[in-house]
Amino acid sequence: MTTNPPSGNVRSRRLAALADSWRVYRAERGGVLGLAVLVCAVLLAVLAPVLTDSAELDVTGVDASALRPPGAQHWLGTDESGRSVLLLTWWGARMSLLVGAAAAVLSMVIGTVVGLTAAHFGGWVETVLLRLTDFFLVLPALVLAIALSTVLSRGLFTIVLAIGVTSWPQTARLVRAQTLTVETRPYVERARALGGGHGHVLVKHVLPSVLPLVFATTTLTVASAIIAESTLSFLGLGDPSRISWGAMLKSAMDTGAVTAGAWWYLLPPGIGIAVVVLAFTLCGRALETVLNPRLRGGAE
Amino acid sequence: MTDTRDRDDVRRPPARAPRILGFVALKLGGGALSLLLVVVLGFFLFRVLPGDPARTMTRSAPVSAEQLAALRHRFGLDQPLYVQFRDFLGNLVRGELGTSYTYNRPVAELIGERIGPTVLLVGTATVLAVLLGLWMGTRAAWRHGGSADRWFTSVGLTLWSVPTFWLGLLLLMAFGVGVGPMPGLFPVAGMSSPDVPPGVLPRVLDVGHHLVLPCVTLVAVIHAQFMMVMRSSLLEEMGEEYLTTARAKGLREDLVRRRHAVPNALLPTVTLIFLHLGLVVSGAITVETVFSWPGLGLLTYEALRVPDLPLLQGTFIVLAGSVIVMNVLAELLYRVLDPRVRAS
Repeated sequence: MTTNPPSGNVRSRRLAALADSWRVYRAERGGVLGLAVLVCAVLLAVLAPVLTDSAELDVTGVDASALRPPGAQHWLGTDESGRSVLLLTWWGARMSLLVGAAAAVLSMVIGTVVGLTAAHFGGWVETVLLRLTDFFLVLPALVLAIALSTVLSRGLFTIVLAIGVTSWPQTARLVRAQTLTVETRPYVERARALGGGHGHVLVKHVLPSVLPLVFATTTLTVASAIIAESTLSFLGLGDPSRISWGAMLKSAMDTGAVTAGAWWYLLPPGIGIAVVVLAFTLCGRALETVLNPRLRGGAE
Repeated sequence: MTDTRDRDDVRRPPARAPRILGFVALKLGGGALSLLLVVVLGFFLFRVLPGDPARTMTRSAPVSAEQLAALRHRFGLDQPLYVQFRDFLGNLVRGELGTSYTYNRPVAELIGERIGPTVLLVGTATVLAVLLGLWMGTRAAWRHGGSADRWFTSVGLTLWSVPTFWLGLLLLMAFGVGVGPMPGLFPVAGMSSPDVPPGVLPRVLDVGHHLVLPCVTLVAVIHAQFMMVMRSSLLEEMGEEYLTTARAKGLREDLVRRRHAVPNALLPTVTLIFLHLGLVVSGAITVETVFSWPGLGLLTYEALRVPDLPLLQGTFIVLAGSVIVMNVLAELLYRVLDPRVRAS
């Protein structure tokens, strides 16, 4: 490590490190299970327009009776306007995964920029940013997200923005802590001594060693973003033109399906959310274990 | 160097009290700054961001230009922004939060009526969730990798992955409406029944009966977080040498846990519990919506459906503000609880 490796080796070294990490990851049973579930869920969601007929999602295009229990024709029964619950759940996955991923990426970008800036520049910049981070960390996220999505026009972008803007503080704190550790290492000092500017040090040296951790946290953020999306949709703040799991549960409550005992309408969207969120959580925890050797094998 | 240290040592006893006062002042100042930020955010979100609040409040109804102008004048929206903010701050200091469009009553009055039920629900649920979570977390960490650990962790993770409102809907359907031959055991909505016999005890029992389902929903979701925090906090303590010392003294395992490990693990947990209060508040909004519990959460839901901006602004400021106040209290409490922080 003392010699300066030629840049061609950097790539192969990173690839080897990646292969190493994958070997450790494979030993995490929960992580592998979560990953398998996610691959299936994403494939199904992406292929929904190919495998199913979206015309059957149109309220005017169906002739089945409302709130019919599961049977041979509709495996998961029908909703309040006679649409297949199975089909709705299938299409709802698209919205949940899309919003969850987009909001998590937005939160990752905000969190990383804030954390890096605070740790790298220090001084009053750090004081102000930390103050802001702590403020947003304490603030009840849903309350702020509700406020944002009420005053902005309803739509996909608004809901992504509302979730992304409220969920970054954890990432920012983590990135700041990690940046502080990385910046004390000799190679960063060397880069600085050789005349590397702020941008060079941050992008070439600090960011690569912070990113894996950011990636693990973002996986966990997707999980909470999906729950947030379903909650906002349930409160009627989602995109009204799209099917989502939260919106399905909202119509189940509003149309009295819950009080009518229509369990087939209530269970599938909720189980969908729980399965996807759990899968993301398992993957995120497994990634954390891979990246943090202290967690490996537990504390003995 | 030695000079300064000596001087410090001499000075220490009288300097102690001001230092604690300084700490308290710092925390209170930080809290005040956060509260101010909430107010600014509240103003910005509901007055500036919507562009024209008069349009937002009349979104569904056709109105003429004169009516819009009258509305703007009535709510002071035709004033410059800084005048609006000054008036807003002045009113806030006097405890006025504006007038609700839908109820046509002062927002502060509406919020005042709804605080009680929310405090009852959130308070009961938090206390139960903390007790349950800490107990489960301790059990899980002490027998790390054992069957209790695996069960608690997987059940906790699963409950954590479930949206609060969905769990509420499930419980509502199973125990409120009833499934198959099983009748509904608990009321499905509200906080009290109209046909309760007079007297204190029947009324308390009735409210308690209504409280069961919303409370169970909240506890089920939030205890998992407390359990995980306590578990990892205790796991960090498990390798410490003072535990070996305690065991070497011949203390029973039970005492080692209760007297030595748990108190130390509790300290970081206390702050995290308060840090997660925002989460409890978020949960309360959806749970109150599902069970029509007449608290601030349901009021928020009613306000966002219209949307009733002054009312929403009021609930935003009150909910966010109270969470911040609780956090400042937690930080002060932490100082009292942890001798290490006190000394440094």
